[in-house]
Amino acid sequence: MAGNQAVLPAGRAPRLQLDRDALTKRGLMVVIAVYLVAALALPLYAMLSKSFTTYSFDLARYEFQVSDETGGNWSDPVSAKALNDKLNAVAPADLATISDGRLPATSFFPDFSFRSPVKYRIRGVGPTAPYLVGLELFNSNEWKELSGNDFRRVMLRPVQSRSLANYVTYFSTPALFRSIENSLFIATVSTILTVILAFGFAYAVNRSCMPFKPVFRLIAMMPILVPSLLPGIALIYMFGNQGYMKELLLGESIYGPLGIVIGSVFFTFPHALIIISTALSISDQRHYEAAESLRASAWRTFWTVTIPGARYGLISAAFVTFTLVITDFGLPKVIGGQYNVLAVDIYKQVIGQQNFEMGAVVSVVLLIPAVVAFIVDRIVQKKQVALLSARSVPYQPRPDRRFDGFCLVWCGVVAFFIVGVIGTCQFAALAKFWPYDLSMSLNNYAFDRMDGGGWEAYRNSIRLGLLTAVIGTAIIFTGAYMVEKIDGFKTGRGLFQLLAMLPMAVPGLVLGLAYIFFFNNPANPLHFIYGTMTILVICTITHFYTVGHLTALTALKQIDQEFEPVAASLRTPFHRLFARVTVPVCMPAILDISIYMFVNAMTTVSAVVFIYSTKTNLASVAVLNMDDAGDIAPAAAMGMMIFYTNAIARIVHAALSRGVLARTQAWRKR
Amino acid sequence: MTQSTAGGQRAAAAPDPSAYLEIDGLWKAFGDFLALRDVSLQVNQGEFICFLGPSGCGKTTLLRAIAGLDPQTRGTIRQGGQDISTLPASARDYGIVFQSYALFPNLTIEKNIAFGLENIGRPRAEIRARVAELLELVGLPDQAGKYPAQLSGGQQQRVALARAIAISPGLLLLDEPLSALDAKVRVFLRHEIKELQRKLGVTTIMVTHDQEEALSMADRIVVMNQGVIEQVGTPTQVYRHPASLFVADFIGETNKIETTFSAGKVKIGKTSIATSATGFSRGASVVAVIRPEDVVPHSAGRKPARSAGANLIEVEIESMEFLGSYWRAHLAGKALAGTELIANFSMNAVRRLSLAEGKTMTVELPAERVLVFNADGGGDGR
Ligand SMILES: Nc1ncnc2c1ncn2[C@@H]1O[C@H](COP(=O)(O)OP(=O)(O)O)[C@@H](O)[C@H]1O
Ligand SMILES: [Mg+2]
Repeated sequence: MAGNQAVLPAGRAPRLQLDRDALTKRGLMVVIAVYLVAALALPLYAMLSKSFTTYSFDLARYEFQVSDETGGNWSDPVSAKALNDKLNAVAPADLATISDGRLPATSFFPDFSFRSPVKYRIRGVGPTAPYLVGLELFNSNEWKELSGNDFRRVMLRPVQSRSLANYVTYFSTPALFRSIENSLFIATVSTILTVILAFGFAYAVNRSCMPFKPVFRLIAMMPILVPSLLPGIALIYMFGNQGYMKELLLGESIYGPLGIVIGSVFFTFPHALIIISTALSISDQRHYEAAESLRASAWRTFWTVTIPGARYGLISAAFVTFTLVITDFGLPKVIGGQYNVLAVDIYKQVIGQQNFEMGAVVSVVLLIPAVVAFIVDRIVQKKQVALLSARSVPYQPRPDRRFDGFCLVWCGVVAFFIVGVIGTCQFAALAKFWPYDLSMSLNNYAFDRMDGGGWEAYRNSIRLGLLTAVIGTAIIFTGAYMVEKIDGFKTGRGLFQLLAMLPMAVPGLVLGLAYIFFFNNPANPLHFIYGTMTILVICTITHFYTVGHLTALTALKQIDQEFEPVAASLRTPFHRLFARVTVPVCMPAILDISIYMFVNAMTTVSAVVFIYSTKTNLASVAVLNMDDAGDIAPAAAMGMMIFYTNAIARIVHAALSRGVLARTQAWRKR
Repeated sequence: MTQSTAGGQRAAAAPDPSAYLEIDGLWKAFGDFLALRDVSLQVNQGEFICFLGPSGCGKTTLLRAIAGLDPQTRGTIRQGGQDISTLPASARDYGIVFQSYALFPNLTIEKNIAFGLENIGRPRAEIRARVAELLELVGLPDQAGKYPAQLSGGQQQRVALARAIAISPGLLLLDEPLSALDAKVRVFLRHEIKELQRKLGVTTIMVTHDQEEALSMADRIVVMNQGVIEQVGTPTQVYRHPASLFVADFIGETNKIETTFSAGKVKIGKTSIATSATGFSRGASVVAVIRPEDVVPHSAGRKPARSAGANLIEVEIESMEFLGSYWRAHLAGKALAGTELIANFSMNAVRRLSLAEGKTMTVELPAERVLVFNADGGGDGR
């Protein structure tokens, strides 16, 4: 009855005309993709190409002629290179220079005297042969005739070229490449410690019947609310030269690897804990029952059931911790002393030595472990998700006095450490003059009397936090919606996904440096945002884009896929559906993204330290700068301001979430 | 059943050249996989059509192509005389109900139904009146203020239906609208939907894999298999005159007997049975199909008549099951030579002929009810 031929007839598949909705969606996605390209891909490209850029004097590009005493009778043209080969006036190593280098032309004429009537001619060979006469730049193959007095002011300028020379320099300078080893060492040790501590903590909270669980959960999240430099400052007060627990170190110095590791464990702890907790909480009661029925010992059950069940969580936590530590800059800056690590090297090269090319090289080096860790983490996360979707029966712990007691001690120690660090900072911030006069005062909060930006910096941070939270969430959620709900347009969507995942692999410091190269280029039409709040907002949104994007995607995947078709059949444009249904239904996720953006904008140092200006000082950077200037107590005070602000923001977020849930999500309750 | 037969006779007439929906040579490829192969179909104004077929045969794919949600790879679709092959979903004229209902969870029932109306910019009072009317129509007049999660599955289904017809679409598309419900509600809603469709007169296409649903609701059934339309016909046509072995097998119960054909007769066991089939070559391998309810019971010992078409066979009742309104008997016996026949006998017949397990009896297989198909599954020889 029906045609049974099984071959598709020749021809072309009809394409649906694009309606307003389809065009709007694609347009919006392209706009956000362009944003990501401008705010991420192009700056990174600028940085990468900077790392391959070298400057050197190319002597073969210049030719000279010299007259006799009468000003005539010119000698044959001779190149600077030929002269230098003969005279050895400039050593080959000295021909390499920085972008601003100058080389006097007189170097090649040992018997030059500006009083003599001898005249000189100079010309370039080839298309680029720049030289200065005084302040005037020439770049010409025409002879230029100069008196001795003018010839004295001729400076050869370097030419730019692309080569691996910067990398060669980097890897042949022990002071530089030793940092790789240091960074890897610090990150490895910190990761092992953090993962062990966090695993024990998560295990105790998920699998024991110890008391005070909610309190422990709360305390464990506190480090997220402060900049990573804060534990460094606390450690100075505890174990520094005048530290109140200095003796505990038995003469070891806290300035160096020890301090960095302890501080790193502090600030990475909650990140590892969240991941491992999730992994443990999805494990299946039934496995434990099976193990029990086989009379496996608790120890065996632990190794054969618990650890394998949580292995993806452990791997993921390890890589996240590793990345956080190796890319962190604030903590080693404060407590690292003479111990060099990659992140601080970037800062020193750029801020200290103005060697931007070398800063770019170190950035590329730092990018490698971050990218590797990112890729491994993505692979592992996928498997973890597969585990998550399998239906499992949650584990119900039973009381066990010895085990619960052990858990209580473990969590107690960790909680004591966290509260100790924050408490120390608070105490130091309030003490009049540590350690000599410990009476309370608010002197250290008089930020306007110190360098670092004063209260204005604090207000700027709040502005940055709010702008990032509002604008960032809007951009991220809209972008995720478009990429999730567009029909067809496969390549475009794939590309967008890639762009959205990229920021996670880019350390903040690297992004910030890339922004200098890209936005501080006068030829860039976006140059005008350099030094404004706008660039800080863009940088912060971009830096934290990925986590927000993933949160939004998860929420969007959970809502019914047929909403858009239904709206289309009702001839209702998608923006009405978006506003009336999608956004309200996803409101909890949207609030989560906002608070994440706000808290991170308040605490980040690395992403903004290269691009803030005197008008856009930030609280987190002020902590760094005040510490640098020796105002450690005010730095602690500012750090605590960030802590309290973030704590209040979290409380507001919790209240809002609850309110929103009650109001717009009444449907969730039956 | 009688209703749809009546409706079916109207629709069984040759397709109107001015059909409301015309699908012509439709193909759909997912990569190398062909989900639809050369599908052509005409749907008349006001008709209730069911796409029926096993899971994965391409019903949803065809529906989505009609809706413009997943465009076809080849072929054209015309609706109301206009070529809509390349129109986006929002420019086509239909209402749709998905299996999941896709009700907006954060909007009340009233707001859900009003969703499409609000966009047209009608005055609020008018929208309100229309929503009330629709709620009345689907039998949920007092649920306006509730949220979807507060309703039962059947109620949600009706809200989805009300939302779809709110904007008075020319075509109503239903993708397995009843499959998520439990059996009782399902039977009840069949009626409701059919009733509603008749009242509104809206051309409707419903996808289902449930043959009972299709038989009881459709004016015409489109039986699909592996991306191909096997048969289009009224419920009685597809039931009584299936166009292929697949259709015969998929719709209703059958006895399938592999045998050979010769001179209008097939062999069942030792008995040659007359059929009304023609067009098979002598000795061709065929499958004879007879439905259990077409097996006519007679008392034992009735002599096979000499005349062709009497088709009487002496059988033994192996077992009998009571299925509420009729008996199912498994028949065997020497004359069947190992072939087993299943027959449905009315209570009346069982009592009258005192049928019981172990007894022998005579059954008649009426020639016009014995269907013959090529063994490779092709069409019958009529
Ligand atoms: N998006 C898709 N990509 C690939 N294959 C698909 C897709 N959608 C459907 N299919 C395949 O097409 C066939 C028909 O699917 P569908 O129309 O959903 O069947 P059903 O008749 O059950 O509604 C199935 O084999 C299915 O696996
Ligand atoms: Mg389907």
